[in-house]
Amino acid sequence: MSTTVSQIDEVKTSPWSGGRSPFNVEYGKIMMWFFLLSDAFTFSSLLIAYGSLRFSASVWPGADKVFQSVPGLVDHGAPLVFVGLMTFILIASSVTMVLAVEAGHRNAKKEVVGWMIATVIGGFMFLGCQALEWGHLHHEGFWWGSVPPAEELKKLFTGGTEAVQHMTSQEFANLFFTITGFHGFHVFTGVIINIIITVNVLMGTYEKRGSYLMVEKVGLYWHFVDLVWVFVFTFFYLV
Amino acid sequence: MSAESHEIHHDGDHETMSRKRIWQVAGILTVITCIEFFIALVCVPKGILPIQYANPVYIVLTLLKAFYIVAYFMHLKFEKMGLILSIAIPVIFIIGLILVLTNESHHWVDLR
Repeated sequence: MSTTVSQIDEVKTSPWSGGRSPFNVEYGKIMMWFFLLSDAFTFSSLLIAYGSLRFSASVWPGADKVFQSVPGLVDHGAPLVFVGLMTFILIASSVTMVLAVEAGHRNAKKEVVGWMIATVIGGFMFLGCQALEWGHLHHEGFWWGSVPPAEELKKLFTGGTEAVQHMTSQEFANLFFTITGFHGFHVFTGVIINIIITVNVLMGTYEKRGSYLMVEKVGLYWHFVDLVWVFVFTFFYLV
Repeated sequence: MSAESHEIHHDGDHETMSRKRIWQVAGILTVITCIEFFIALVCVPKGILPIQYANPVYIVLTLLKAFYIVAYFMHLKFEKMGLILSIAIPVIFIIGLILVLTNESHHWVDLR
């Protein structure tokens, strides 16, 4: 009997031949990636709906005129300052998150805890800012299904009849509260998940497990929230 | 499970995010955001850059930021090519929806 096996009986060793993880990534992390992909579709649908409604409108309330207050400090004439602060808070909390992941690679429990707490604080600061921003707009008269009176609206537009101004302001208000609300809800759940993971780190769950992979998985979610804000920021505040 | 995940870690160890790299990427993101603010607060109001030219610049800068977040912070650049492609290719559907709805919105103008 020959000791050589025919080609068809040979044990295949390529990444997709079974018996190993072809992506070289743990199952939960792959699932987090695909969840985020589906979430990206949801957010894109909302933002593209906003874009197409805005494209089809002849006039639209100017972002630099709607958002020009720093709640508690300046009421007028400071366009983009407050949302700039919110953007930097979220980028900073993304950085602290990635630093927590990096500390996890070195199994440095104390550092992971420190950076995770910093991330949670950043998340709460962002949510607080968003609450102030919503409160300010609501105070001005914007809400789902309601806009400020016509003489106030006039200041936000260059051109357009009163009826058109009313219609597009209403579209703007509905889209703004829906999209930033959906994003804010993601930030809120992200903060809750981050707190749970921080508690687990403190209790030594991942130390016993030998890997801080869970920190990486919530990190992916948290970066995704930051990623969505980058787009919301551009399309609501800059364009 | 723990042995398996340990092995996975070990494989990617040599090409991961060092602290220096993290601060570099954070710096890049901050600088890009500052450029966006500079355009929005200085260039557009003073008429240096008309808004219809500023908008494409904003979008390019946004996509650049998105690349840095996904590739470095979310670590996708260092994963296996198969995973990169299975996340990147479905984005075609988003581009498709953008093309369909922006085209459609040109017809809505007449309906309003």
